[in-house]
Amino acid sequence: MEEYGGGDLLTEAMGSAARVVVIEDCVEAPGAFILHLLLKRALAGGGAAAFLALAQPFAHYDRVLRKMVEQGKVLLQIAFEIQRMVEANKTGGNEGQVTIVVDDISLLEVVAHGSVDDVLDFLHYCLTFTSEMDCSLVILIHKDIYAGEENMDLLLHLRYLADLVVKAAPLSTGLAADVHGQLSVVNKGTFHKQSPKSQKVWNFHFKVKENGADFFYPGSRQ
Amino acid sequence: MAEAVVRCLRDGRLEGEHAPAMTLEGSLQCCPLAAGAMLHVAAALASQAAAGKAQARGLVIVAFDRSPEVYLDFMRRRGLDANALGRCVRILDCYSDPLGWKQKIHKQMHQENSAKQLSTNKENSTVFRNVKDGLKEKAKRIFVLLLTRSMLRHASVSSISGLLSNLRSHEQVSSIFWLIHSDLHEPKVSRALECLSTMVASVEPALVDPLCVESPGNMSFLEQNYSKAKFVVRLKRRNGRVKHLYEDLHLEGNDVQFVSAPSVGTEVNQSLVPKVQFNLELSEKERTDRANVVLPFEHQGKGEPIQIYDGRRSLPEAQQDPNLIASALVDEIKAPKSGTTKGEIHYIRDSDDEQPDSDEDPDDDLDI
Repeated sequence: MEEYGGGDLLTEAMGSAARVVVIEDCVEAPGAFILHLLLKRALAGGGAAAFLALAQPFAHYDRVLRKMVEQGKVLLQIAFEIQRMVEANKTGGNEGQVTIVVDDISLLEVVAHGSVDDVLDFLHYCLTFTSEMDCSLVILIHKDIYAGEENMDLLLHLRYLADLVVKAAPLSTGLAADVHGQLSVVNKGTFHKQSPKSQKVWNFHFKVKENGADFFYPGSRQ
Repeated sequence: MAEAVVRCLRDGRLEGEHAPAMTLEGSLQCCPLAAGAMLHVAAALASQAAAGKAQARGLVIVAFDRSPEVYLDFMRRRGLDANALGRCVRILDCYSDPLGWKQKIHKQMHQENSAKQLSTNKENSTVFRNVKDGLKEKAKRIFVLLLTRSMLRHASVSSISGLLSNLRSHEQVSSIFWLIHSDLHEPKVSRALECLSTMVASVEPALVDPLCVESPGNMSFLEQNYSKAKFVVRLKRRNGRVKHLYEDLHLEGNDVQFVSAPSVGTEVNQSLVPKVQFNLELSEKERTDRANVVLPFEHQGKGEPIQIYDGRRSLPEAQQDPNLIASALVDEIKAPKSGTTKGEIHYIRDSDDEQPDSDEDPDDDLDI
């Protein structure tokens, strides 16, 4: 990810090497705001973003996608669109990095008619884009959907794929007025571009504000 | 014992036997390290092959989850020059386009814009996409397979087992090893693959979280496990002896380091002694005290002085015991009484007019 507007804990925790970022959230602590922050950063750094927005007006996308292509080939078509966009961005002389944002992966599973394998194939192609065309990939997943033993598959695969996992969770001590939840950032430390002594696991609280969010260590705010 | 593993794979197959095979297992808790260990072994084998010290002339890597560049970069960092790489390393690229989507995309793009060139595949002599391209030479080679996510997702266990045993019995294959992620598959999948291999190496977390819960508290475990792990190897010798070896694995910058640890024997012994809070051993004094206890159920003599033989001491010694003699006297006094009276039970039926098996309900006078 491009570093932008540095200084906050999240930027520090995420470092600059992660190519694949997975954001895990749950109903009690939605993590969409992190997605927005990352998108803002990616765009401000002079880059472009391929925003695979499924979450918001999903019915609309569903209709469009169904119309656009025959059943079962939706994901291939999406991959095609992404690649075309990334290449267009490159040939257009745009210097910045392209960020592919998936909001969110469980809806992609719906698009694929519940086939986890198809979603994983799609993700594999997104992964190849990151290494071949210098993109980065940000994926949002609702962890509580995949809480059961039988359908952990997608979540586990994503954790394997990720260079960096950001988990949003409610406060373990209950609700508080000025703390909205806690974030843990796990930097898996892949074998490139990583300083050797860097901290791998971060844990801090967050408060979502009108335009942005505050990150701070527990107890460090009055 | 990464060296032991590398040595086994380097020495390759013996005449008339299957090629040695290794399963390398990792889990999510320490996955960067498992991948690192795999790269380490692959790079070590490549440099052995390049130096002509191995049975095999080269290394074939089937890359599923990482781009071939990752392997090449790692090997370059390990001091293999371009010449050696070109001569000894072949990478079958199953990463870039496993399902042929990109070809389709290119075709579509080509139709839309015929002037646009197909993007050139950066293929060189090392990386190839078609199996036939890479394996023209008739030299023995070591195979590295990555049976991770993608391959097991697209093929059944039996077909993969079939492929592996075919490879093992093929005379051009010197040795073979593969990496699997144990928590992505059912246990039977990893068992099936372990059965096929002569060596099983697993990268285990250095610290095991006792609660196995995802709470902020266990983040320190994670922090530890991402930089340090245990490398446990189980290898079967040709004479049937099974050896357990284990080493510590550290992440140092971009590389992994193996540090030899105390032999697994002491480790196992320490962990096998049950960790209980009470003392299972008796001291010498406690042992003699226990021997002196007179047990209440031991046979009592009739009329005669009791001679208790408790099975622990000889009789004369027992008689000298003042405690025993005292208790024997007490028994002597009581014993005659119980010896003369004969026990008898008298039974008189209280009513003769009622048949014992009358079908009258005995409870019918109850007002319930």
